[in-house]
Amino acid sequence: MVKILYFASLREKLGTSGESLELPAGVADVGGLLAALAARGGEWESLAAVRNLKSAVNQEMARSHTPVKDGDEVAFFPPVTGG
Amino acid sequence: MSVSVQEADFDVGAEIAALTAGDPRAGAVASFVGLVRDVNDGAGVSEMALEHYPGMTEKALEAIVAEAKARWDIYAVRVIHRVGRLLPCDRIVFVAVSSAHRGEAFAACEFIMDYLKTRAPFWKREVTPAGARWVDARETDDDAAARWEK
Repeated sequence: MVKILYFASLREKLGTSGESLELPAGVADVGGLLAALAARGGEWESLAAVRNLKSAVNQEMARSHTPVKDGDEVAFFPPVTGG
Repeated sequence: MSVSVQEADFDVGAEIAALTAGDPRAGAVASFVGLVRDVNDGAGVSEMALEHYPGMTEKALEAIVAEAKARWDIYAVRVIHRVGRLLPCDRIVFVAVSSAHRGEAFAACEFIMDYLKTRAPFWKREVTPAGARWVDARETDDDAAARWEK
């Protein structure tokens, strides 16, 4: 299982702050996971279209090719706007 | 604790005093205080809500502080970022850095703010007369952070 978290506008758009998911077969990185989520259709399709979508794996900033494995915590969020 | 993410307000004077208490090496403290403004992108802002990623936000701030300490000869650093509901004039962020001389303290303080704005997971949602909206990230913030990579 991987724990997935959604923050800010993404959380609102998807209507959930997170979920636990069995890693789909063949998914080994952030980009693959994102594609699998977008394939759900509906609002999930827009996930792949978010401009400058950011991600983190185990609370470290990640990129599309960052590996994801069973037990990881993956987060998706829009560009940050603190300070 | 050099980094805090909290709902509560903070006392700037007390934080600066604590930063250098008992440290005779410190000849300089540079600090920055960010405030909630009542206007953004041409619209009035009546209140703001700050969201963060518990756990990751603190780690990201600690990493930024560690990088500043690796780049400059600085002594103590304090970073406070508030979350939750804030109103115009409220303090939102505080950074203070001590060092022997002002140059290192100024540079490190500015570096920490620039990296905080682009690398720490905080998101602002502001309330305007047209309704609530998420604040968009600014390219100028990315540019400000990028100049430290040269």
